[in-house]
Amino acid sequence: MQENRHLISILDLSEAEIEALLNKADDIDAHPEKYEESCRHKQLATLFFEPSTRTRLSFESAMLSLGGSVLGFSSANSSSASKGESVSDTVQVVGNYADIIAMRHPKEGAPMVAAMHSPVPIINAGDGGHFHPTQTLTDLLTIRRKKGRLDNMTIGLCGDLKFGRTVHSLIEATLRYEGIHYVLISPEELKVPEYIIDSLKEANASFEEVSDLEEAMPKLDILYMTRIQKERFFNEEDYLRLKDTYILTPEKLADAKEDLAILHPLPRVNEISVRVDEDKRACYFYQTLCGKQIRMALILFLLGIETA
Amino acid sequence: MMNIDGVSTGIVLDHIQAGKSMQIYEYLGLDKLESCVAVIQNVRSAKYGKKDIIKIDELIDLNLDVLGYFDSNITVNYIQDGKLLKKQHLALPDRLTDVIRCKNPRCITSCEQEIPHIFALADRAKKTYRCIYCDALVKVK
Repeated sequence: MQENRHLISILDLSEAEIEALLNKADDIDAHPEKYEESCRHKQLATLFFEPSTRTRLSFESAMLSLGGSVLGFSSANSSSASKGESVSDTVQVVGNYADIIAMRHPKEGAPMVAAMHSPVPIINAGDGGHFHPTQTLTDLLTIRRKKGRLDNMTIGLCGDLKFGRTVHSLIEATLRYEGIHYVLISPEELKVPEYIIDSLKEANASFEEVSDLEEAMPKLDILYMTRIQKERFFNEEDYLRLKDTYILTPEKLADAKEDLAILHPLPRVNEISVRVDEDKRACYFYQTLCGKQIRMALILFLLGIETA
Repeated sequence: MMNIDGVSTGIVLDHIQAGKSMQIYEYLGLDKLESCVAVIQNVRSAKYGKKDIIKIDELIDLNLDVLGYFDSNITVNYIQDGKLLKKQHLALPDRLTDVIRCKNPRCITSCEQEIPHIFALADRAKKTYRCIYCDALVKVK
């Protein structure tokens, strides 16, 4: 492994490295006791310039389960960023306190700036509406565990495809696998950005852009629901108009495949009815367990720690 | 027809797209040179109809990446003692640093002023660049 490897985009990892991480997460699931002391005396800093309970706790839980410790902050207000400190200064300081940094920032590209200056590995824990590679690893692990494969399937992505960084990262990652058909389900205003369409075209991927969820439902192997994110809108009026566009209910699943897997990066607002939670096809809470285990595998990988 | 003296030792930027020479003059900081500089606009051209030319009466270091970005059709002629030393054709550079600015309000460069604005060539045929931080696309005008 190279010194100071970072994870900014899912494309920073080769297909073989992703497979190794998924395998490691499976081993962590099967034998958690093997990894209890793997990161003893190692520290993870969680620098969250934007609130996110789930991702931050997932990283912290991952590090604690590896026997390491954690430090950090959970909003820009409680960090020196509120005094005007730059990202590069922050990581050069924190790099002296911690062995690895997980960073979330509202501005796109902030973790890349951090990686250019950090003395320790940086993990992008979400940068604005851009990338969220550890969520993608979580999604890939969930899909592989539920389907037994990562190729030859129809993936429906529904909701905010414009600002939904988890969607962008998932598409970029799955473009590497054979036989994937993408059904991009969104209102006109929240379609995937042009650079993602360019990536789909460059890879000769099969995809369609539609606005009707129920019509698309019967063909899907995976349904990836996303929240319409209030914090990504400059204009509240636009948010209110679009927020209830897609709400998944048991009725809408009437024509869905028996082995459909429903994923959601969470948190959910109202886009999946709680009545769907009882459906065996709902995988979104299981996904959070996958998230913790893949983050454990990633921390080990970036720190170059081998556990037999 | 207007006559402008030839350059004995210096640089001639030829085949500049008509109308772009002043922009290039300013960007290269040619106004700060002590030596003679001629900006010639709307010269008749068999290839392009009309073109601009800049003649610099001194051999200076030029940022060819910047020139290539502004106009990849420019040819740069280096002349010494009345003889052509080298003729260089330009191309769109693979990387641009602080030549264009990212206009994405969500990009980290929008709030941290000292970060260099770096773009990587995304598609040579379509003449597009991609911000290395936020992936915003910019088309060369």
